[in-house]
Amino acid sequence: MRYIEPHAHMVSRTTDDYMAMVTAGCKAVCEPAFWAGFDRSSAHGFYDYFCQLTDYEPKRAAKFGLPHFSWLCINPKESEDVKLADEVIALIPEFLKRENVLGIGEIGLNKNSRNEMTVLEKHVNVAAENDQLILVHTPHLEDKRKGTQLIVDLIKSDSRIDPGKVLIDHVEEHTAKYVMDAGFWGGLTLYPESKCTSARAIDILENFGSERLWLNSACDWGVSVPLAVPYAAHEMRRRGYDDDAIDQVFYRNPVKFLSQCPNFTVR
Amino acid sequence: MKPKEKQNTVELYYMEARAKLIDIAAFMDRIERDGFTDDFRYKAFKDALRELDSENRAQSVLLSLSDPTEELIPFATTKAACGAWPDKP
Ligand SMILES: [Zn+2]
Repeated sequence: MRYIEPHAHMVSRTTDDYMAMVTAGCKAVCEPAFWAGFDRSSAHGFYDYFCQLTDYEPKRAAKFGLPHFSWLCINPKESEDVKLADEVIALIPEFLKRENVLGIGEIGLNKNSRNEMTVLEKHVNVAAENDQLILVHTPHLEDKRKGTQLIVDLIKSDSRIDPGKVLIDHVEEHTAKYVMDAGFWGGLTLYPESKCTSARAIDILENFGSERLWLNSACDWGVSVPLAVPYAAHEMRRRGYDDDAIDQVFYRNPVKFLSQCPNFTVR
Repeated sequence: MKPKEKQNTVELYYMEARAKLIDIAAFMDRIERDGFTDDFRYKAFKDALRELDSENRAQSVLLSLSDPTEELIPFATTKAACGAWPDKP
């Protein structure tokens, strides 16, 4: 099979993971900017991180023949400090010129606070002013329903943003419909405990339609599975889906969304 | 989306679901034996079990464990989520 890994934090992963992914059929990996597991102390830390995402990590991936793309932002987990967020957001336009950048992400909300929303609005504004794709992180667990609705309502109300150029990630059974009905793309994240299992992800594809959904591992420094995407493809096969249906979900869908950014190309 | 060849999903998933069901039963026995039944998460868990009688079970369980309010909070005091809404009456 061939597949795209549309959401993976490869700076936290080993070369063994790159090897396993390309062996399983991965044709491109996309890396959103996220929280390091600790708060960075200044905008300089983000400058270095953006260099890593747009220069060093693509070179590391290229050693395995894997095209690497990235998304830029300050993650909602660090959005409580609006002054820091302003300094980081000011760095972004310069980095948008780098050739592996797909857009602004993963922005969104974490605990649904006022400052998080302020920083989300600022990011959406950068995306609108620079005609960028948007990748949105929705909150975890008990905060997801409320956060997803607040995010969808905010972006939907901005007439400059085409919903077809926005992907709302980490949807589950209670948020998928709200996202899809608003015209956005949705992402299903495969985590054994805190998000979706393969079986549930396929249920969601069956219940809400597979046209504007993709699946990702969101693998990072925490408990996560870098091969979760091909494992989910195997689950689809167990359910009776043929190669064409699997290719549609795991390759053609992400390629369709990502190709709206001229920087995204796959062989 | 529908598969070309529909499979028997009881055949596919029964043993896995059976194991998870017994794990839930053992989890509840353990919490009751150890006296942690007042924990808000355990109370939320027991409330959510009632949603198994509804039609859209996965969605109803998730909603039952969700913050039902609509307003932004003044500021975030933690980065973490715990899997149940602490202010549930
Ligand atoms: Zn992520």
